[in-house]
Amino acid sequence: MKTILHIIKKEFQQFRRDPKMFGIVLIAPIIQLLILGYAATLDVNSVHTVVYDMDKSYESRRFIERFKRSGYFIIDMYAENYEEVTEQLNNTSAIVAVVIPKEFEKKIQRKETVPLQAIYNGSDGNTAGIASGYVAKIISEFSKEIVLDFRERYGQKSSSVGMLTPEIRVWYNPELKTRNFMLPGIVGLLLSVITLILTSLAIVKEKEIGTLEQLIVTPIKPFQLIIGKLVPFVILGFIAVVMVITAMNLIFGIEVRGSSFFLFFASFLYILSTLGLGLFVSTISKTQQQAMMIAIFAILMPMVYLSGFAFPIENMPEVIQYVSYLIPLRYFITIIRGVILKGIGIEYLWMDTAALLGIGIIILTLSSLRFRKRLE
Amino acid sequence: MNFVRTKAIAKKEFKHLFRDIRMLLILLFFPVFLLGIFGYAVNFDVKNIKTTVYDSDRTELSRNFINALNSSGYFDITKFIDSDTEIRKILDKKDAQLVIVIPKNMSREFHSNKEAKIQYLIDGVDGNTANLIQNYVTAATSSYNNKLTLIKVSKTGSKFYTPIDYQPIFWFNPELKSTKFLIPGLIVMILIVTSAVSVSLSLVREKERGTIEQVDVSPVKSGELIIGKTTPYIVLALFNAIVILVVGYILFDVEVKGSYLLLFITTSIFLFASTSLGILVSVISDSQQVAFNISTMASLLPSVILSGFIFPIDSMPWAVQIFTNLTPAKFFIEILRAIVLKGVGLQAFYLQVIYLIIFATVFLGLANLINSRKGKTS
Repeated sequence: MKTILHIIKKEFQQFRRDPKMFGIVLIAPIIQLLILGYAATLDVNSVHTVVYDMDKSYESRRFIERFKRSGYFIIDMYAENYEEVTEQLNNTSAIVAVVIPKEFEKKIQRKETVPLQAIYNGSDGNTAGIASGYVAKIISEFSKEIVLDFRERYGQKSSSVGMLTPEIRVWYNPELKTRNFMLPGIVGLLLSVITLILTSLAIVKEKEIGTLEQLIVTPIKPFQLIIGKLVPFVILGFIAVVMVITAMNLIFGIEVRGSSFFLFFASFLYILSTLGLGLFVSTISKTQQQAMMIAIFAILMPMVYLSGFAFPIENMPEVIQYVSYLIPLRYFITIIRGVILKGIGIEYLWMDTAALLGIGIIILTLSSLRFRKRLE
Repeated sequence: MNFVRTKAIAKKEFKHLFRDIRMLLILLFFPVFLLGIFGYAVNFDVKNIKTTVYDSDRTELSRNFINALNSSGYFDITKFIDSDTEIRKILDKKDAQLVIVIPKNMSREFHSNKEAKIQYLIDGVDGNTANLIQNYVTAATSSYNNKLTLIKVSKTGSKFYTPIDYQPIFWFNPELKSTKFLIPGLIVMILIVTSAVSVSLSLVREKERGTIEQVDVSPVKSGELIIGKTTPYIVLALFNAIVILVVGYILFDVEVKGSYLLLFITTSIFLFASTSLGILVSVISDSQQVAFNISTMASLLPSVILSGFIFPIDSMPWAVQIFTNLTPAKFFIEILRAIVLKGVGLQAFYLQVIYLIIFATVFLGLANLINSRKGKTS
């Protein structure tokens, strides 16, 4: 026990001596939080729009007014012909062109159906799809008013036919902000970076400098060395988690709805796997450069992309969904989102918790064995 | 500038590159690997929405409606429940993304010509997906509603009237696949890793080992050194770009609609800009670890998040939007999307090309300035 404490103490002294690294470890989380919080949003709230109004009537202007008032559309220009519409869609950031046909007003007055074209720049499929939803909503509201208006004029008090109307309620995140979805995931990302990359680098550095051999000839046992090397990063990881959760609450107003204790417990279980992976990387790399490349490109990036951090697992093909079961971050992110956004606890999350514990124990045991073998 | 000396350095650098098989494999394997992950796993296309239905009406109308939803292909109805007490649990456990609640008297309301409401409860944790689900259910309900009204109206003989018929048309990407949108961004990301990051690491390695001083006393000029050292990485990056385009075409049907010549020229200009960034980083940093940290912080992170690769720039707050102009990746992604997806010519992106050239000159100029200053002090 005393030996372990000595190693931990030594590691912390090394942190203090390398202020640049220490700064990166503590400042990077906050920068990531700010960048992801402000920039990483899939919300579509300013759709650049071109309007080609062939009718130029009272009704058409009233219709265009709806777009302006919705708050989602920015009308960049009013086109005078189709060439201009094409030109705008091809060469500018315009996302949609709304084409109001001739006789828009007359046809509405005559109670005829008016075709309304909206041409989208589909190269960003996601944005185009959401923008199309907004347009459909504006059109259906406008149509409803016209129909109601007619009824009033012709004295039909109640509707002549029955109607099915959707009544939509969004739970947990009613404003549909992507930010609420992204930010809790950062806790997982940070823990991975700190515990996985930094541990592997710290060990490989000793290898590169040659001090690892000195450690081997001392009476320190391998398991003491492993624990002593890992504990400082666990502590560092937890400091980062507390910082991020506090900052999330203060800057973006996202509170932890569930139990913070359970959150920390799950973080601890998750760290078992990342520490294990860090140890594993350190056994297969000879230089810090290799360790960095392997840790980032072979482990961290697939982990981030396949864990559901930014891209929903439900959208992936089945084969890849099965692969994602092997990724510990997947379970951890489910737990974090559940606890922070939904306020649920272990009663619903016990399966993810168990998976995290199982994977963690397996990875850490295998890596420690491999690491010990390398030492002896 | 001496061509022979430059060539000799490039040759030596190529040898270095081929000697570190592990690094080379990472650099070559990484693009295809990422493309595979991106192409298959990374997309926002919402299909097969896991749906639970609570049908408390249990009439012909409600059953037909559910069948219509099921056959639309967007909804994957996995479960039927008998009481509303389960709803909370289902959404909490993520067993379903959408719960449809059909109220008890829906059919009666509808047939007595009233407005019958169908409730949709959506898991909003993933705001983007929830937004798309919202669009789908609205569209599905209104199309089923129209169908019913048509039948009913034709029976009574009166005319059915919808004032506006919405006809959306999607250019450049009719199926709205997000893969098509993401592949240009992916090319940019991989080019940045192979050019900016690798170049800075390779230059700093000479510094770290002290071999740069040996080069300093040789007759090699710094321009020759830089061109010689960067050429292999530029060749590698161009090769990667070709591989991605070919794989993208074979696996994901993303074809280049515009001119290949323009594509080649603009890619070279971008590589010039991003290697300049790499050179600048190498001048600032003294060790590979610092170089790696700076280049990931200064080039990789912004080019993933701030470049419009995944997240639309128009939706960011204006202060962040100004920031995005500092990353060359933003402009090159715009160029690539214009050439690959839209197939338009230079008139659509000449401004972006000018920006890239300005970037390259500014980065190189800065690197030169800092370097000569360091030279004087030492």
